[in-house]
Amino acid sequence: MIRKGIFKKPKNELEGNRRLKQNPAVNIPDEMCVACPNCKKTLFTSELAEHYNVCNCCEYHFRMNARQRIDKIADKDTFMENDADMISHNIIDFPNYDKKLNSSRLESAENDAVVCGFCTIGGYSTALFVMEPYFMMGSMGTVVGEKLTRLFEEATRRNLPVVGFTVSGGARMQEGILSLMQMAKVSGAVKNHSDRGNLYLTVLTDPTTGGVTASFAMLGDIIIAEPQALIGFAGPRVIEQTIRQKLPMGFQRAEFLLEKGFLDEIVHRKVQKAYIAKLLRLHSKGGEVS
Amino acid sequence: MSAFDKVKAARSSKRPTAKSYIEAIFSDFTEMHGDRRFADDKAVVAGIALLEDMPVTVIGLEKGSNTNERVMRNFGAAHPEGYRKALRQMKLAEKFNRPIVCIIDTSGAYCGIGAEERGQGQAIAENLYTMMTLKVPIISILIGEGGSGGALALAVADEVWMLENAVYSVISPEGCASILWKDSSKTKEASECLKLTAEHLLEFGVIEAIIPESKGFQAMCSNIKSELINTFNKNKSESIDTLVSKRYKKFRKIGERT
Ligand SMILES: [Zn+2]
Repeated sequence: MIRKGIFKKPKNELEGNRRLKQNPAVNIPDEMCVACPNCKKTLFTSELAEHYNVCNCCEYHFRMNARQRIDKIADKDTFMENDADMISHNIIDFPNYDKKLNSSRLESAENDAVVCGFCTIGGYSTALFVMEPYFMMGSMGTVVGEKLTRLFEEATRRNLPVVGFTVSGGARMQEGILSLMQMAKVSGAVKNHSDRGNLYLTVLTDPTTGGVTASFAMLGDIIIAEPQALIGFAGPRVIEQTIRQKLPMGFQRAEFLLEKGFLDEIVHRKVQKAYIAKLLRLHSKGGEVS
Repeated sequence: MSAFDKVKAARSSKRPTAKSYIEAIFSDFTEMHGDRRFADDKAVVAGIALLEDMPVTVIGLEKGSNTNERVMRNFGAAHPEGYRKALRQMKLAEKFNRPIVCIIDTSGAYCGIGAEERGQGQAIAENLYTMMTLKVPIISILIGEGGSGGALALAVADEVWMLENAVYSVISPEGCASILWKDSSKTKEASECLKLTAEHLLEFGVIEAIIPESKGFQAMCSNIKSELINTFNKNKSESIDTLVSKRYKKFRKIGERT
């Protein structure tokens, strides 16, 4: 359960952004320069970070870790994390899972594949979850399921919206059926949150697939995505193997989903915070700006 | 039997499919077609029937029992319209206060261009979401393969029962083997790793009961029938809100931390 007093304002900047000040994760490159995978232009790492990890030449959206996203979305020093210390165990004795967990913790500097908490965005109080691509590709096991369920339950009790960023390869194979059950569990928590009249907004980022797409990613009242993000149930490789043909260009990309009617909007990273804040305002009940 | 033997048994083409169970357990089954949005998915068989004298909604994932029928039913792999067809029938069940029985047998939701275009993920998600608070009793029975999200989309139920030799898994043993060992032929090892047998799932609290198969198909079906009648009658003694809240708590406690 969430500890008492965790929602107090941070005393200082260091406390509010505790995890941001830790040693950077292995996934942040040491190099001064990085090549854009799309247009091949060489970009300065420092500039890239300032530009929301978007290529200033072709607008390619680089992958972002959870802390970078929280830094860009939550109002400064307002994010109070929940369940930060919850860690996964090898509950079904799956081969090499312990090793995989350890290396993922090192690579991501996170304890599991989602970061959950409460913050304000543009002055509006909200629950926020951000999935972590560098932890086993954002896969959902019991810790991800439990943290998300607790977040929705707490947001329901406090009548707050939930804003969530997804990036995931789907349910976590290494926890077997227990991972699959998290899809139902989180969907149930979303339903209870929704039945109380609360807003849920999802931002689908590259890639969002499998059991995450087939549960809470697609359950937002409002679903937006980043440009070019791959979003689907089955991964493109699995589909190609099943149907034995090449997939058309742009298949399962955000633009394709928008056209097919599964997204409300595609929102560039640079304007995401303003967009989300506007929607929180449009759903605010009697001007409860904090 | 090893886990892999059970995988083979669950997939056997000689194994009875959903329609055989519907025929053996219920009477007056009246099939209803279509999702009212796109098409009628023949991998899903849905309709109304009598369980003794109680009207119930029955939904099955149907693999087909001969080659022609298997092709027609897409080997039990449903498209989004199949899950939407099921959901439409479940909402009607709620409207007319009929309990729901889901009979599950699928290698998984279909992976293809049309399935993605029409929102396979969204369709499954909506079923999980809606079933969790549906105001009628739901019982799901896994009779063969329980393939991941495609099976779960009909298994957000008050009780999930599983045949002795059925399997239920987050990923196919082939898929697991190809990720783990880059070798999809190591299905035997993968089947063990995944803990996909009825015994394991009962131990995990994922299912409520195991149905023995040894006494033959007819005996098993009359066993299922009397268990269904007992459970639905028991359900009548508690309020629907209690039932719905128990349903959530059942899933809520899987992987719960204290
Ligand atoms: Zn570029």
